[in-house]
Amino acid sequence: MIELRNISKRFGTVRANDHIDIKVEPATIHAIVGENGAGKSTAMRIAYGFYAADSGEILIDGRPRRIARPQDAIALGIGMVHQHFMLVDTMTVAENIVLGAEPGTALTLDLPQAASRIRKLSEDFKLSVDPGATVEDLSVGQQQRVELLKALYRDARLLILDEPTAVLTPQEVEEFFSILRRMREQGKTIVIITHKLSEVLSISDDVTVMRDGRVVGRVKTRDTSAAELARLMVGREVLLRVDKPDAKPGAVALSVRDFSVTTAEGVKPVDNVSFEVRSGEIVGIAGVEGNGQTELVEALAGLVDPLRVSGDVSLGGASLAGVGARRRRELGIAHIPEDRHRRGLLLEFSLDENAILGVHYRPPITTYPGGVILDEREIRRRTTDIIARFDVRPPNPELPARALSGGNQQKLIIGREFELGPKLLLVSQPTRGVDIGAIEFIHRKLVALRDGGCAVLLVSAELEEVMSLSDRLLVIHNGHIAGEVNPKAATPADIGLLMTRGRLH
Amino acid sequence: MAPWTGSGCSGARKCDALSEIFSTQLFWSTIRLSTPLILAALGGLFSERSGVINIALEGMMLAGAFTAASVTWAAGNPWLGLGAGAAAGLAIASIHAVACIRYKADQVVTGTAINILMIGIPGFLSGALFLSSGSTPQIPKEQLIPWTPIVLAFAAVPATWYSLYRTPFGLRLRSVGENPEAADAAGVNVAQVRYTGVLLSGVLAGMGGSYLSIGQSSLFTRNMTSGRGFIALAALIFGKWRPVQTMLACLFFGFTEAVTIQMQGVVKLPSGEDIPVQFIQMVPYVLTIVVLAGFIGYSRPPRALGRPYEKER
Amino acid sequence: MRLLRELLFPAIAVLAAFVVGGIFVLIVGDSPIETYRLLIGSALWWPDGIGYTLFYATPLIFTGLAVAVAFRAGLLNIGAEGQLYVAAFATAWTGITFARLPAPLLIPLCFVAAIAAGSFWAVIPGVLKARFGSHEVINTIMMNFIAVALVSYFTQYHYRTPGDPIMESAPIGANAHIARLGRFLPGFPERIPLNLAFLLALLACALVYVFLWRTKWGYELRATGTNPSAAEYGGISIRRQIVVAMAISGALAGCVGINEVLGYRHLYYDGFSDNYGFTGIAVALLGRNHPVGVLLAALLFAVLTRGGIPVDAFTEHVTKDIVQILQATIILFVAAEGFFRGAVDRFGLLRRPKV
Repeated sequence: MIELRNISKRFGTVRANDHIDIKVEPATIHAIVGENGAGKSTAMRIAYGFYAADSGEILIDGRPRRIARPQDAIALGIGMVHQHFMLVDTMTVAENIVLGAEPGTALTLDLPQAASRIRKLSEDFKLSVDPGATVEDLSVGQQQRVELLKALYRDARLLILDEPTAVLTPQEVEEFFSILRRMREQGKTIVIITHKLSEVLSISDDVTVMRDGRVVGRVKTRDTSAAELARLMVGREVLLRVDKPDAKPGAVALSVRDFSVTTAEGVKPVDNVSFEVRSGEIVGIAGVEGNGQTELVEALAGLVDPLRVSGDVSLGGASLAGVGARRRRELGIAHIPEDRHRRGLLLEFSLDENAILGVHYRPPITTYPGGVILDEREIRRRTTDIIARFDVRPPNPELPARALSGGNQQKLIIGREFELGPKLLLVSQPTRGVDIGAIEFIHRKLVALRDGGCAVLLVSAELEEVMSLSDRLLVIHNGHIAGEVNPKAATPADIGLLMTRGRLH
Repeated sequence: MAPWTGSGCSGARKCDALSEIFSTQLFWSTIRLSTPLILAALGGLFSERSGVINIALEGMMLAGAFTAASVTWAAGNPWLGLGAGAAAGLAIASIHAVACIRYKADQVVTGTAINILMIGIPGFLSGALFLSSGSTPQIPKEQLIPWTPIVLAFAAVPATWYSLYRTPFGLRLRSVGENPEAADAAGVNVAQVRYTGVLLSGVLAGMGGSYLSIGQSSLFTRNMTSGRGFIALAALIFGKWRPVQTMLACLFFGFTEAVTIQMQGVVKLPSGEDIPVQFIQMVPYVLTIVVLAGFIGYSRPPRALGRPYEKER
Repeated sequence: MRLLRELLFPAIAVLAAFVVGGIFVLIVGDSPIETYRLLIGSALWWPDGIGYTLFYATPLIFTGLAVAVAFRAGLLNIGAEGQLYVAAFATAWTGITFARLPAPLLIPLCFVAAIAAGSFWAVIPGVLKARFGSHEVINTIMMNFIAVALVSYFTQYHYRTPGDPIMESAPIGANAHIARLGRFLPGFPERIPLNLAFLLALLACALVYVFLWRTKWGYELRATGTNPSAAEYGGISIRRQIVVAMAISGALAGCVGINEVLGYRHLYYDGFSDNYGFTGIAVALLGRNHPVGVLLAALLFAVLTRGGIPVDAFTEHVTKDIVQILQATIILFVAAEGFFRGAVDRFGLLRRPKV
């Protein structure tokens, strides 16, 4: 049905797709699996005309085709359901579905005719969607079915689904899968991007495994197992072992009891979690992204509205209930955020100004009169100190943070947070988008901080990283702690299963 | 200046305020004063529903008013004047559109610039063309069109409603203003739809301005809109960016203006207290703030309003 | 190199605007060179040209700073116009009500009135944004009209000299007057209304600079403007910064009242502002929201304002409206700088050092 041949795509210095070949047979369900950043979504966005490939070609039914814009893909019978739904919330289901492919003339929008067609499609595939409903009133599962209808309405023969189950409850997933099977029976071809292996095994016919922008495996689902897929996904045995002495855990630094975070929509991304982190140990949290790690760390850093959290969190025995971000930092909680451009840096500001974020309001950064004036000499001393100790290049404190490479930006943030002399370090994705040399450097620094007696809570989507750095490893799945494993004894496949299925068997 | 306004209450005579206010004369005065507001506000609706903030309605109205008066005087034909006024609004809107859509300039800043530009250009041209400081020559009474624009304005309301909710264009316009990414994914050309919205706003605001100079009065005078573009904007917000509600808001604001003209000074409530005109003038603005804060019936702007659409590649 | 980059786009925008203005002049059949000679040259005559230019620059420095400070916090204060009206009226009210106080008490009191009133008027939309998320642009526009109506009401009904047909208040007490610079400068006639408020404006530039770049408060304000998420991460309350930024912005706009009432007219004159608040947006934008840039931009716009008068008088067709056309075109070109970015990039002038 569709074939990607030798497709390559770079974003800046990152090779998102490196000469990949993917072939999808008609009337099958084809799963593309891989960790975050493996290049699955990029490949499919190229197929849908959202991105232009740097090289390679796309064949539809054996013939090479040019897909430069989504319109081209639509015309070729390709539909895509994005991870973040592309729906206009304030409009009705029918309006959303016909948008861009309106029935009637330029002066008449024949919505009743569209609605009856939508109703028919909805019945054929047992989608039970009311064309007259407003999208924002629908549940997430229903909105997803609207997305499916959008593709079906345009007579799509191939549907690309990007992480379709990430937003669904287990019951909704079952229902959703039966819809997909019905579509296959009616001759539709489906590509499903996912990293949940249990789902791959239950729904797909073929599997393509991607890692680091390359295709590393093509298997028939009936000939494979979760263990094999997990091994392919995560790759070789962990190579990046960090040489580190055994931890000497001290007193409990961070204690989390029955902790939950509730969003404005009433969803609980973190659901009744309990654990503790002792001084002098690194506790890793492994998990597929979007399973509550972000919300957990942000809440611990004091960046979530106190009304949205419940349960007990204490630092060194003192409760942190209702304590804001500024006070938490004063109490010794440092935070290396997962998204350094959004949270961690003021990109237009100089390194000097970035080096004081979070401590900018108190001595020694401020000085007389009245503790209001920033002490330029002290700031410069601090920045040059961070630059020297963390090897930030180029070593020019006056440059805007934007001018630094990702690795150097990250080293600047880490240096800034280490300057606090923290009791607890919250660190998310410490080496994302960072070059190899800097990765090793950052890992050594984290171990050194641990050995100095700091408690470290490490969240990373890189399995190798959490396995090699952590002294204890928790696996998070769907907002729950799915289990604790010994990072020295466990295999990546075991952890992969916990991450993707929430249980070992 | 406005020929139809009565003398109101004379200072010496005690009059019954309520009967004076609710007269037939006041009704027609309200209709006439609402007309430019409706045209401009509907214009603003097309622009803002597509996601482009339009605080340049004032400038577009001034462009229309000046051009309509000049062309009517020169050609002796108000229909030509009306068309030229609409075209002038369109021309000014095209500046706003290109700056905001093509060059992703700040929509508020660009709008402000256009308003300042339109304080300057009519004065500049009238100085050169008519050797006056900011006004055009008087147009003979028989060349004015006091009624047609009223009909046009009130006919534009259902037309706008229909095009917004019953045509493919309206569907695309609304989707682009709410979620341009979704529209793009569905194959809609976001920039093209936004251009159409902004240019339409220029045409309508230009017509609204034309009515001021060749309908309500008989010449263009310096800054003759005196904030009506902003009142139209307020009506648009008060009307929650919907055509019929916006028209009602314009009628209400036109009514307050009619009352202030009618009163020509202080009116006394039956209880004997004064209501100075200034407080009635404030009503549209205060209401807008109140509605925006959600105190009475929250008014939610189109979600992508003010945000240029950047496509990642 | 950095300085060059900062100056390049404003300079190109100004030049481009003069080209567009020149086309307008040609259309009406005058000579652009002669027009621009009058427009700019007259501002440099001593003492009237320079004196009036600096006098016209004074309110623009204040409003330019006001818009710039708000902009640094990520807010667009379109309401400087209303803020300065309320402030000017409050200044006059204080000068009338407490006319008997001695100057050393009354003048500071009037200053406080101007600053507090301007600040108050700006804080209202600030709080509405922080509390309800309503857009500050719409609210400041609406507040402008409310301000104009309100002060006009008070002038008309409560503070007008009885029998005076002009919409202006009774004069303020003589103790509230601040000196014209002619009193101190030999050879500079006192009839030119340039007064101490100009020095206050220069001081405000310096203070704003120190505040924004040398104090922790300025740091928090700028951090909020450049990246609210990161500011929050750094323990900064975004809501508070919104209110603080509007308060400072309004205070600066309010200082226009000091120049107008205490230094110039010595009474409140209804409708006195020559679009100072809106021109302030242009000044801030052209000045890249930096106090030094604001000062330079305000001087440029003041030169144009001053030059408009001889242009009106000595050219055949061109009126002083050319000034507004130039101002607006400058804003348009600065706002849509992508318009020449492509061309400039091609010459490699802007290539940033990439590491």
